[in-house]
Amino acid sequence: MTTSATITLPTGQTLKIPTGLFIDNKFVPAAKGGTFDTINPSTEEVICCVAEATAEDIDLAVSSSRRAFTTTWGQNVLGTERARLINKLADLMERDQQMLAELEAYDNGKPVRIARDGDIADSIACLRYYAGWADKLTGQTISSTGPTKFNFTREEPIGVCGQIIPWNYPIMMWAWKTGPALATGCTVVMKPSELTPLTALKLCELVQEAGFPAGVLNCVPGLGPVGGAALASHPDVNKIAFTGSTETGRKIMEASAKSNLKKVSLELGGKSPSLVFESADLEKAAAWALMGATYNSGQDCTCGSRVYVQSSVYDKFLSIMKVKVEEYHIGDGFDSKSSAGPLISKAQFDKVNAYIQSGIDEGATPFIYSPKTERRGYFVEPVVFSDVKSDMKIVQEEIFGPVLSVGRFETEAEAIALANDSKYGLGAAVYSSDGGQCIRVSSSIAAGTVWINQYGLLSNQAPFGGYKMSGIGRELGSYALAEYTAVKSVLWNVGDEPYWPL
Amino acid sequence: MSTLVYEHEFKTKAFSGKTRIETGIFIDGKFSAGADGGTIDVINPTTGKLITKIAEGTRKDVDRAVVAAQKAYDTVWGTKTPGYERGKLLIRLAELIEENADELAHVETIDNGKTLRDSRGFDVVQAAAVFRYYGGWADKVEGKTIEVNPSKFAYTVHEPIGAVGCIIPWNFPLLMLSWKLGPALATGNTVVLKPSELTPLTALRVCSLINEAGFPPGVVNIVNGYGTTVGAAIAEHPHLEKVAFTGSTLVGRSIMKAAANSNLKKVTLELGGKSPNIIFNDADIGQAVKWAAFGLFFNHGQCCCAGSRIYVQSGIYDEFTKQFADHVKTLQVGDPFEESTYQGPQVSQTQQERILGYIEAGKKDGATLLVGGDRHGTEGYFVQPTVFADAKADSKVMSEEIFGPVACVSRFEDEEDIIHQANDSMYGLAAAVFSKDVTRAISVAHRLKAGTVWVNCYNQLNPQVPFGGYKASGFGRELGEYALSNFTNVKAVHINLHGTM
Repeated sequence: MTTSATITLPTGQTLKIPTGLFIDNKFVPAAKGGTFDTINPSTEEVICCVAEATAEDIDLAVSSSRRAFTTTWGQNVLGTERARLINKLADLMERDQQMLAELEAYDNGKPVRIARDGDIADSIACLRYYAGWADKLTGQTISSTGPTKFNFTREEPIGVCGQIIPWNYPIMMWAWKTGPALATGCTVVMKPSELTPLTALKLCELVQEAGFPAGVLNCVPGLGPVGGAALASHPDVNKIAFTGSTETGRKIMEASAKSNLKKVSLELGGKSPSLVFESADLEKAAAWALMGATYNSGQDCTCGSRVYVQSSVYDKFLSIMKVKVEEYHIGDGFDSKSSAGPLISKAQFDKVNAYIQSGIDEGATPFIYSPKTERRGYFVEPVVFSDVKSDMKIVQEEIFGPVLSVGRFETEAEAIALANDSKYGLGAAVYSSDGGQCIRVSSSIAAGTVWINQYGLLSNQAPFGGYKMSGIGRELGSYALAEYTAVKSVLWNVGDEPYWPL
Repeated sequence: MSTLVYEHEFKTKAFSGKTRIETGIFIDGKFSAGADGGTIDVINPTTGKLITKIAEGTRKDVDRAVVAAQKAYDTVWGTKTPGYERGKLLIRLAELIEENADELAHVETIDNGKTLRDSRGFDVVQAAAVFRYYGGWADKVEGKTIEVNPSKFAYTVHEPIGAVGCIIPWNFPLLMLSWKLGPALATGNTVVLKPSELTPLTALRVCSLINEAGFPPGVVNIVNGYGTTVGAAIAEHPHLEKVAFTGSTLVGRSIMKAAANSNLKKVTLELGGKSPNIIFNDADIGQAVKWAAFGLFFNHGQCCCAGSRIYVQSGIYDEFTKQFADHVKTLQVGDPFEESTYQGPQVSQTQQERILGYIEAGKKDGATLLVGGDRHGTEGYFVQPTVFADAKADSKVMSEEIFGPVACVSRFEDEEDIIHQANDSMYGLAAAVFSKDVTRAISVAHRLKAGTVWVNCYNQLNPQVPFGGYKASGFGRELGEYALSNFTNVKAVHINLHGTM
């Protein structure tokens, strides 16, 4: 099989893209020669096929990354050089921003302008943020132990890191993972989602162009249960970072436990609650809440899929939402009017529609609802359920589509209880003009990110991650660096005699 | 009158190209004449001849610069430009310095007299590295949230101070510019900076790069002038809440007094030194000789951290001194543009005469002159690399900062003796320890009263590692994360959640 393909984008432009595995700065076929198709979710048509990595390829990729870690990367490269290379990569992404946005839209379905001005702009900034950290990783000197000891810590890179990223924000998830890993001196074996491998591979061309030594970043697309599993259980991988479903997250952690107890960080699912208090600006809260539920077609781990509104303003809130939802247009990613694109695949399409049906079956009111239409592409119009009860599937389980459940509450305490009634704890929001209430409530919700009077917007400088079953560890901010560093204590005797005989 | 311009065509082996520098006062992104129309002559210390004239700033220009800096802070900088954007601009400036490295190095050499090898290989390279380093900090200035009790939410914010004043010296003009502007701009401050009137040219060239990089007008303002006029105006200014000064201890005192007498603006000072370089019997003598020579004669001895007191343990004293004198005799003095030159001229006639005065004092005090001891040549401000031995501890050459190529070698017996001798100084900027027993070197290093201690090396600085003085060598730290606190105010916010009176 060849390791590249020439595709024609919906703009009419042709683009040559790599389709091999990226190992040692070269694109190569899979050891077993296998391939898998990647689909355009707007048309349900095959775009092209990509090499499929199996365990043998994972072995090769890990060996290559290990070699790089012990020779050209890790403690063999200066922080300032890592900074230079990561900044160069950011510059190249900026140069190719439009092309990458179109490729992302083609493979994932999201609108080109959102990919370009949202996902990719944030990704470039994320890389630059971590480039800035690369020469600023300091340990401690610890003087409190007395003059005969010189004690200090060093923050060293963990080693070879396996990174498994999802299909909902392919480029951005790639940047969130590679930024801190490369900045700290780790090498990476990246497995992009089998649903959206194309931009990950295109980015590898930029990695090579930027001048990273071979093996610093290897990219091995493949199926989760094959390539992903092999990476999670590999004996020479020091750390695995996974973003995806909670169910798969369990498997990753189990694989680590059964293999070499590699460090694990997980960004998993959520069922993030928003609380709208009566003092909130309802127009704004409704807009934010709609965005929270429908951004990226609801395919977001922090999808604001549960909204609880204080009784006194419940009806008003819903009526505002009904008006605002008319401004939301799903469509093809290359249509500039699209607010969001299709769901990623047939499987997700069926799953989300099944949840919508279960909501109806379990007695929730389909307050905003359009029935499925016969159209090409995995498009789902937003659905808002009202009169929901806590035990309904649509209220408890992560749907990963543009489906919102709106419930009511009387008191602040009840709101907090409803918010926390979930096995998840990823995001949450509070809408209130009472500052004290904002602080009290945000302190009481078990969630890794709490938004106040807004939804969903993240900063590269602020950490992100889950409480409870939404995950382990933090991405973004300075906190992400800890996921990729190992702390070594060095205890140097400068004056004590041996403790002998005891 | 129209603003002044310096134009020159360089033709050296390293670089054939032109430089064009507007030499006015740089305020609000534009060059202009000084308020009183005066000019200052900039002299080439290699020849003693005029390079060009620059506009002379006065108190009125400082006032105008402060207004511009405050306006920029309130409207386009400070919290108005997020750290991420400030960082990008600083990195762009670093790139522009690198793109114009040869030109900047040649200008630095003609203006300051340091060798082209050093200005190109060290000053320009390090200045760009410092801007890059602080570019990386700009969006990472974080306060803390602090758990106290359930009825309050308490946190700190590390805010920029506002418009700040900076006064930089002539020994590393471009590098000192980066040490000040890097952290000041990264943390969101706007700046009014006075370069030395002896070496203003690279700072003025960088003003055009600042515009080219895209910094909003008024964020950086450069006012040429004398210490007693422009420098004093900055230190006394009622609307600058901070002054950062690098220079002599004598002037540092007047800066601090001026701050105290005006608005109690925050002060950080990088002042002089008389740094001890300590060489134990078990040192690698060959290496110690080379490092000791570099430690003092680098930049013609014009380093605040110069290792000007070289203490050698008695067991190797004679051997070291002989090798050291032989090595120093090989250091070539001459035209800084020549590849074979190690040491160019001192920066000015005043400095040259001052150094020669110290040399005379050393001779009169009875120290043994081993190398040099006189001026070099008849043109320009050259001084021979000079080595004294066995000067008395309380003599001028051993206790006062000479700031020239004059090394004093003395002996010591043991660790207790040398700790005493090394620390017996009003200064405490740097020190070095040479010994193959690193454990011993570490324990000696931890007993020296100095802000930087080198072990088995000298004059090794990095943008990531802080630098600054103990005692009369100053206070505050430059470089590293530590420099950020020089340009930030910490605000604590206590939010009452539900307590009532």
